[in-house]
Amino acid sequence: MRSDVAQFALSAPATLDAVLAQLAAEPGKHTPLAGGTELMVALNTGRLTQHSLVSIQHLKELRFIRVAADAIQIGAGATFTDIRRDTTIAAELPLLIQSASWTGTIANQNRATLGGNICNASPAADTPPALLAYGASITLISKAGTRTLPYTEFHLSYKKIVLRPDELVHSVSVPRAFAGYRQYIRKVGTRNALAISKIALAALAKLDDDRLTDIRLGAASLTDRPVRCSAAEAALLGKSLGPNDIDATIRAGRAALAAETHTIDDIRSTAKYRSAVAGNLLEEFLRSLAG
Amino acid sequence: MSLVQLTVNGKPQHLDVPPMKRLLDVLREDLHLTGTKEGCGEGECGACAVLVDGELVNSCLVPALQVNGARICTIEGVSTEGRLHPIQQCFLERGGAQCGICTPGMILATHHLLDKHPNPTLEQIQEGLAGNLCRCTGYMRIFESVQEAAKLGAS
Repeated sequence: MRSDVAQFALSAPATLDAVLAQLAAEPGKHTPLAGGTELMVALNTGRLTQHSLVSIQHLKELRFIRVAADAIQIGAGATFTDIRRDTTIAAELPLLIQSASWTGTIANQNRATLGGNICNASPAADTPPALLAYGASITLISKAGTRTLPYTEFHLSYKKIVLRPDELVHSVSVPRAFAGYRQYIRKVGTRNALAISKIALAALAKLDDDRLTDIRLGAASLTDRPVRCSAAEAALLGKSLGPNDIDATIRAGRAALAAETHTIDDIRSTAKYRSAVAGNLLEEFLRSLAG
Repeated sequence: MSLVQLTVNGKPQHLDVPPMKRLLDVLREDLHLTGTKEGCGEGECGACAVLVDGELVNSCLVPALQVNGARICTIEGVSTEGRLHPIQQCFLERGGAQCGICTPGMILATHHLLDKHPNPTLEQIQEGLAGNLCRCTGYMRIFESVQEAAKLGAS
């Protein structure tokens, strides 16, 4: 049943400083509301438990994409449409562009933000695998200041993140270090459009002849949170994809990935299916590198 | 309650509404613009799509306070001086509208699509309308309507 909207408060302080002051004054009392593509659904279905919200959608301080010499910094308030329209991101971070295009529909992409997608912290979210594979860092901001940490440290467990109640995500930075890398991303869902993933894998690799000199894997729905697949990466680093070696390399990669996979049975899929398909996606990527 | 000022179909509006009231309900209940339909209420079906500052959004997911100062275009604002917009005319002539529930959202999604891609490929049309569900037409006549509207240069 729908909620009674009169029971919910929403404010829209004019500046980022004013929002941070409000969050700091009463930590945990106010929930930030950006594009509303998650919280408004909860409101409409009577599941919204937070009764005091503070809008951050209008904050220009959070809605930016800055290209520097060594990194692309994306403000938490950048929408998926902003990301898809950015020519530098399109040229250098195709995995992010692809995952942004999978996130909801055009109408939702016009509202939904990168910060919201990350903070909603679904293990099945679309952009985290790409951000993990790209080795992104994340900057958090509060009245007390900012802190920057590797994005791998942001997700703690199912729907749990390091963000304090007085903090907002400020931005995500992705290094401009992937020229010459082969890039792969695939989402497996029920349909092409408007489907939450059963499993997704983003992958980057650098090859010297047939040898993997770097490999980076980020996955959705493989565990209780978005993860970097470090065991599979370690098993594959330095291995050869030459005709005589590729089958053994793939076996080693699949075995390591399976060992770090802790999937669940849920409404969208089964653990057995997810685990098998994750291995298939890794194999598809590795064979595409050799081909 | 919050004071919200917005421009709807070119007309300035001053409202005193709960800040979390959905734009969809503001349009239908406060402004009596019932052309915007409610389907799923979860941002999946596009029946409530409108243009906010030129961008397509699902009005069931937008709280009133977040459109303070915005320009809104609903299906009622698409036609001018009682004449159908060319997109509407194409949907009418090509059988792109049947029961009519999805049609306002389809028209506005098409408007947004042709604004960004005046000569869309079939793939761009499919992506542009992927958020608008239709249970009558099977979509083919809708795609033809959009292609015809693009030929006429309608955006």
